[in-house]
Amino acid sequence: MQTPTLFALLLLLVLIAYGTGFSRAAAAARGRGGMRKLAALPSYYGTHTALWCGLPALLLLAVWLMFDEPIIRALVMNGIADMPDTMAGRDLLYAQIQNQAAGNFFGEATPQVKEAAERLTHLRGGAQLLQTAMVLILSLGLGAFAMLRFSPKLRAREKVEKVFRVILIGCASAAILTTVGILLSVLFESLRFFQSVPVTEFLFGLQWSPQMALRADQVGSSGAFGAVPLFTGTLMVSAIAMFVAVPVGLMSAIYLAEYAGKRLRAVAKPVLEVLAGVPTVVYGFFAALTVAPFVREAAAAVGLQASSESALAAGLVMGVMIIPFVSSLSDDVINAVPQSMRDGALGLGSTHSETVRKVVIPAALPGIVGGVLLAVSRAIGETMIVVMAAGLAANLTANPLDSVTTVTVQIVTLLVGDQEFDSPKTLAAFALGLMLFVSTLILNFIALHVVKKYREQYD
Amino acid sequence: MTDLTQAQVRERIEQNLAGRHRKEKLFRGLGIASIAFGVFAVLLLFTDIISKGSGAFVQTAVQLEVTYDPAVLGIEEVNEESLTWANFTGVIRQSLRERFPGVSGRSEKRELYSLVSTGAPFTLRDRLQANPALLGQTEKVWFAADDDVDTFLKSLDDSAEGFRGRTSDEMAAWVQTLWDSGELKKRFNTTFFTNGDSREPEQAGIRAALVGSLLTLLVTLALSFPIGVAAAIYLEEYAPKNRWTDLIEVNINNLAAVPSIVFGLLGLAIFINFFELPRSAPLVGGLVLTLMTLPTIIISSRAALKSVPPSIREAAMGMGASRMQVVLHHVLPLAMPGMLTGAIIGMAQALGETAPLLMIGMVAFIVDVPAGITDPATVLPVQIFLWADSPERAFVERTSAAIMVLLSFLIVMNTSAVLLRKKLERRW
Repeated sequence: MQTPTLFALLLLLVLIAYGTGFSRAAAAARGRGGMRKLAALPSYYGTHTALWCGLPALLLLAVWLMFDEPIIRALVMNGIADMPDTMAGRDLLYAQIQNQAAGNFFGEATPQVKEAAERLTHLRGGAQLLQTAMVLILSLGLGAFAMLRFSPKLRAREKVEKVFRVILIGCASAAILTTVGILLSVLFESLRFFQSVPVTEFLFGLQWSPQMALRADQVGSSGAFGAVPLFTGTLMVSAIAMFVAVPVGLMSAIYLAEYAGKRLRAVAKPVLEVLAGVPTVVYGFFAALTVAPFVREAAAAVGLQASSESALAAGLVMGVMIIPFVSSLSDDVINAVPQSMRDGALGLGSTHSETVRKVVIPAALPGIVGGVLLAVSRAIGETMIVVMAAGLAANLTANPLDSVTTVTVQIVTLLVGDQEFDSPKTLAAFALGLMLFVSTLILNFIALHVVKKYREQYD
Repeated sequence: MTDLTQAQVRERIEQNLAGRHRKEKLFRGLGIASIAFGVFAVLLLFTDIISKGSGAFVQTAVQLEVTYDPAVLGIEEVNEESLTWANFTGVIRQSLRERFPGVSGRSEKRELYSLVSTGAPFTLRDRLQANPALLGQTEKVWFAADDDVDTFLKSLDDSAEGFRGRTSDEMAAWVQTLWDSGELKKRFNTTFFTNGDSREPEQAGIRAALVGSLLTLLVTLALSFPIGVAAAIYLEEYAPKNRWTDLIEVNINNLAAVPSIVFGLLGLAIFINFFELPRSAPLVGGLVLTLMTLPTIIISSRAALKSVPPSIREAAMGMGASRMQVVLHHVLPLAMPGMLTGAIIGMAQALGETAPLLMIGMVAFIVDVPAGITDPATVLPVQIFLWADSPERAFVERTSAAIMVLLSFLIVMNTSAVLLRKKLERRW
């Protein structure tokens, strides 16, 4: 039976189980003279039976679906006489076998492939049958078991609630699992990368050209993996972005919180927030087609030469994107400063702007710094704008009119398209991802800590 | 200091005051300028996109008088098989030659043929298939014009000269002749909404990408909303204050700020390489976006649960309800509007996301509309990214139009979230 059909059948069984559990309890209640003679409401008995019937079978199905392909592959590949040495070769062979089994012929297959394809079809059929049988037996068996155990004294509600609680805990742990998953996937591949490229070369090397030669004897066959140009490029674009976002975001937050009337606030705040809702790919398009040519022409007008993929264009647009981020976080902390502090300063005769500059801002500073740090981590991890508007060439330069490349751009270029999973070129992307994850994690951690600590002060 | 008389003090203050007031004005001005800059950026972005993209909603069409000549088509009767190899291109070429009899020479003819979209033979095939009686007849048919003609004609509105690009003088003259005789018209571009991707701009559409986006979002919603709400319920209503819950909290806050591309790396390494799920599939895209939007949904759901006053819980407990009954029967229904708002905002975020989907291979060139969650698909933002890379001028127009479609979806989602909140919000 195909998996979707099996799933539908399982759902049907669960519904039936609920119905039988419910009616059995209801019948028992009638026989004893009322609901209060039962230990729980009939719906709980129904749910109890349904859980027994569905949950273990569903878990089995999920685990099966996760692991059947790798196991079948291992079984098929086990029987092959002359196994290719490289991972890429093995992948290719297995792809051939799969195509053969699916009936897509590309030329004449070797007898070995034909034989393996037959085995694959056979195994798949067997696996499908076994899966159906096991899931149905488990579901029906446990459903029947739950029915047998039924008695009016069974504390069905407590049992059901216990299961739900476990499910809730499982869902809450999804966040932890995600973090662990990210760490494992990035760390594992990075370690493999650092086996072929030393960490020091990666962190301090000045040359980045990840293109690997196809043949071992080709000139310049070893790619260079010094990531410093990427780090400086990332920092430059982020710095330009912050140069735009921090003053504009902060000043508009101050104006909106301290000066603006209700009506201006009601209009300006949502308009600024629109900037946060625009997808980054739209900003990238805008940067590449509108801002970059403008920057180039403006530079030419004052006699400077600007690349058509300048860091300045990408940084400016990224800054615009981050404005609402800075302004809404600053707005929150400025509003959290107690009114009494403002009143004190105003009462001593300071002007409104003096109050803001000398009292409100210093009081809100930790929160603002936290917000800016969060914005920096956004800027570092931003991908689409730089992919579309910044270049690919890893220039080590301090000129914002030049084209630079960033960590995220390189991750995208290395991983989009065909990949082989044992070349340092692909693995380098994971090492860059590790750097990105770790640096943003540190920034976020500090920022959240600062913001939280500050909030406690005035609450 | 004691030497100063009251008058002197006053004089000094007044001297200072002018400067202080100037600074005050300057500070205010900076604030207004910042807001103006932000508003200006919004306006610039929208006018730029709309002015670039509005042209894509109309498309140039050419009217040709075609004869379904069996000799040219090379078929005798209309059936499934003959339709597949009938020479419709020949029919179109013949009708073009008849329209402009003076054209001779290979390169000139080739230019003449390129007036009409390369998709035109399929239009003819569909017509003949729908009505086999047309064989041997002559009729006037509107075809999509080639994108060069389209671009040229549209640019004539801006300047008398027009944007030439690959359009030669002869072609420009033909276009002028056809336009003057009413055999060229601009019509609503339905192709843009009914087709998948194509290398030819005049045949490219967003339908496949839209369906891909829809499927991906369905997977995301089906997974992230229940998991997010369950996690929020546990953390708000059940969790004891201990190390484990603290860790979960810190984790969720951190995950909310992890760059989206890192989630793409996770998807590539775990879902595709380890579990061997199909590449480019909405299923994997949805899984990755689920992990990405979970923190948003958990955080907003928790806020919604927090806003339900404790007195409700206490009253329910006092009536003998169990913990789960309190949550499911009383707290959850009251918190639902807030949770839905959070879910819509999370979905809007997922709809606009591009970077992680590039990692899991959703950048493929997709012509067919995906039928299920394991078919190869692409999504709207990725389609925009792909088109933005194409050199043809007509693709710039279509990219902007696709952006307009994407933005209108986002605007609808975000406004409905705001309206929902306004309508259902309760102050206790």
